[in-house]
Amino acid sequence: MKFAIFLGCNIPIRLKQYETSSRAVLRELGVTLVDIPEFNCCGYPLRNIDFKAFVLSSARNLALAERQNLKMMVLCKCGYGTLRMADHLMREDASLREEVNAILAKEDLKYEGNIEVKHLLTVLFRDVGIEAIKEKVIRPYENLKIATHYGCHALRPSRVVQFDDPVAPSLFDQLVEVTGAESIEWPTKLECCGGPLLGTHDELSYDFTDKKLADAKRAGAHYLTTGCTFCQVQFDTVQKVLESERGTNHHIPSILYPQLLGLCMGIDKDVLGLDSNQIDITGIEDFLGSH
Amino acid sequence: MFYTITLYVSLAIFVLGLIYRISNWFRWKIGPDDTVIATSTRISVAAKAILSTVFSAKIRILLRVFVLDVLLQGWLLKKDFLRWLAHMCIYGGFMLLLLMHGLDKLITSVLFDDYYSTLNPFMFLRDFFGLIVIVGLGIALYRRLISKAPRPKTTSVDYYAIIILAVIMISGVLLEGTKIVSHSKYQEMVEEYAGLGEEETEELRALEAYWVQKFGVVSSEVKGPFDKDTLEQGGQLHEMSCAECHSRPQWAFIGYGVAKIVRPIATPLDRGNVHTLLWYLHFLACFLGLAYLPFSKFFHIFSTPVYLLVNAVMEEGKSDPANIATRKAIQLDACTHCGDCTTRCSVAVAFNEIPNPNILPSEKLAAFRALLSRRGLSEQRLKTIQEGSYICTDCRRCTEVCPIGINLEDLWLNLERHLTGLGYPKPEAWARKAIGADFVSARLKDKTLALTPVDKGFLGELTGSAQANTFSVCFGCQNCTNVCPVVAHYENPKEVVGLLPHEIMHCLALKNRDLALGSMMLWDCLTCYICQEHCPQGVCVTDVLYELKSLALKHLKRKDLTEEAA
Repeated sequence: MKFAIFLGCNIPIRLKQYETSSRAVLRELGVTLVDIPEFNCCGYPLRNIDFKAFVLSSARNLALAERQNLKMMVLCKCGYGTLRMADHLMREDASLREEVNAILAKEDLKYEGNIEVKHLLTVLFRDVGIEAIKEKVIRPYENLKIATHYGCHALRPSRVVQFDDPVAPSLFDQLVEVTGAESIEWPTKLECCGGPLLGTHDELSYDFTDKKLADAKRAGAHYLTTGCTFCQVQFDTVQKVLESERGTNHHIPSILYPQLLGLCMGIDKDVLGLDSNQIDITGIEDFLGSH
Repeated sequence: MFYTITLYVSLAIFVLGLIYRISNWFRWKIGPDDTVIATSTRISVAAKAILSTVFSAKIRILLRVFVLDVLLQGWLLKKDFLRWLAHMCIYGGFMLLLLMHGLDKLITSVLFDDYYSTLNPFMFLRDFFGLIVIVGLGIALYRRLISKAPRPKTTSVDYYAIIILAVIMISGVLLEGTKIVSHSKYQEMVEEYAGLGEEETEELRALEAYWVQKFGVVSSEVKGPFDKDTLEQGGQLHEMSCAECHSRPQWAFIGYGVAKIVRPIATPLDRGNVHTLLWYLHFLACFLGLAYLPFSKFFHIFSTPVYLLVNAVMEEGKSDPANIATRKAIQLDACTHCGDCTTRCSVAVAFNEIPNPNILPSEKLAAFRALLSRRGLSEQRLKTIQEGSYICTDCRRCTEVCPIGINLEDLWLNLERHLTGLGYPKPEAWARKAIGADFVSARLKDKTLALTPVDKGFLGELTGSAQANTFSVCFGCQNCTNVCPVVAHYENPKEVVGLLPHEIMHCLALKNRDLALGSMMLWDCLTCYICQEHCPQGVCVTDVLYELKSLALKHLKRKDLTEEAA
């Protein structure tokens, strides 16, 4: 199992622990990762601004991975959704493909459609497999309730992203439950974290985050878990902002999925960057069962 | 006279220019905390800091940085050998030329009693240093034009710099070549140094024969082949009067090569006084370069070393805030426009589709400089800077790759702050306001609409993607609106978002551009794709909204252009 890891712009500087924990977990599970330093913006931030610029930016990444005959593994769900969308559009629309390839040709790059874009969670679920993960879990959690957050751009539009059933997904729940934790039902599980409006319409963005945090808490979750840069920033950094700006205190920390998994696999908590989150998550260790 | 006047005029411009550029370092206010510190405070604090640093143990750091990074350019060597070689050749060769040849009266003749520009080793060294510069320029041109090393942007500042350097070098070489073959120059020397009277025709002829034979002078009267005796006599005269201060021109190997080439047309060149013209061209180009230096890319000769030195001795958290503010300002001038940041930029690829140079960090920096140093930038210019500035993803790659350690990420954050202060925030946030005010029909109170204006061209603009046209199969079931979390969020959504998602699809069918682009729903859309997922007809609702947002932003941009034209 070999993938080109796509980190995007935010992880290397704002969410380093997502990268280190993912690498550590995947190494344990026998997945080889290749870094392509030439990767650029996934195209997501350009989607409001210019359609062609977004496709071009995405397609350049696809072409870079394709040149090395590698499948891509994306950590961020907005990046995943965007790259999947560009891949889909380029397959469907020959004239768009031609136009984009004409620009890529300046760098001797070409998108030919022999590429598969996966997300960290789909790699874990489909390529590694629940059984293989189970074998590596040495200290399963006990009595831990997790509010699993799917993330919009992984689920929808399902025809394009093909992550899981868009209405009744279970992929992420299964991945959470293999750690011994319980993935609880909660009302806004499949809804937006509010991230896409941060910076454009902060108030509305905060409203959605507030609502989701309250929902998860009310449903009895100890922690939220995410597999996306933007969702994690929203539930971690923005939750902290909400405390100071709105005085709302939900006390529901968010843990990145590879941190959650890595801990019960016995991976060192410094490698997983447990201390790097804005809101303290180290209390989760208390839920770890005995060997 | 003319020489002296132009020299002093250009020297004066040079000095005033330097003072002006350096004063910017104390006047520019980059960060939010910098506005409270007065320029005079910044100057006095900087002066104190310089003095206390020079007379402290830190002088060792300064010396080390000066030798390794300023003189030997270690930072560049670490990055790329070829680039380092090119830069060292150009800068090193040019400095040596300037010191030995340009400032010979001030430096070389003081150091060496027997200095004559026509005597070895000086005569040889002048051409040798010139060769070094030419080799450097050759490597630079190769990298820029032929090599595949990516260099996204060569701007006018680069071209002016290269052109002035090239004119100085080429005119110098041609001047040397035409002087070697010039008979009138030869005559001048004979009159001044040979000590021969006009009546000594035989001697004069012998000397001239010797110079024609051995020194490449082209004479219309004295032509070879010469007999041995004449040359011998000429040689003796040469030894007596000339050899002491004139080596053989072959040592000036580049000029001599030029002399060889121009030989056939040497006489008309001489009669036309071309060497005098070249002399004017040569020194005027030098003076122009001198006067233009503070305002050109070459200012980095001063600013970059200053920044490297300042950066080496300043410590975050310990240094005075006034000095931190000044250092931030120096950064804007320290940029050498090497383009590394742009090569590494995560969104530079978008430049192919959005040809706004301000997307590229190397150009955005220049825009920031313009924003600070010039008041009253046109609205259009500001909007271009705004667009470019906000396409940045804050990935910090530019900062990590900058060879001289400019904190670009910090500059971009401050640029965004400046732009917001001037009324140019993030385009999406800005469009929320601007667009709402722009489309009258979106704000109609009685909600009665004429079916005109229909804009048939409008739909033609929705050609970005195939999905954008899926609105046409909408049959108005309102599923999209019913599942939309934003709509559900508001008690009275229509008052806040203008049009609901299904209404926007309907507007497109009516070709009503104002309504479709003016709806606040576009900017409140979470892009969560729930609407699109639930559409029974397969309308790509979210993707349509994405495209309408882009169209709305483009509409605003175009509107500015027409206003500007009017």
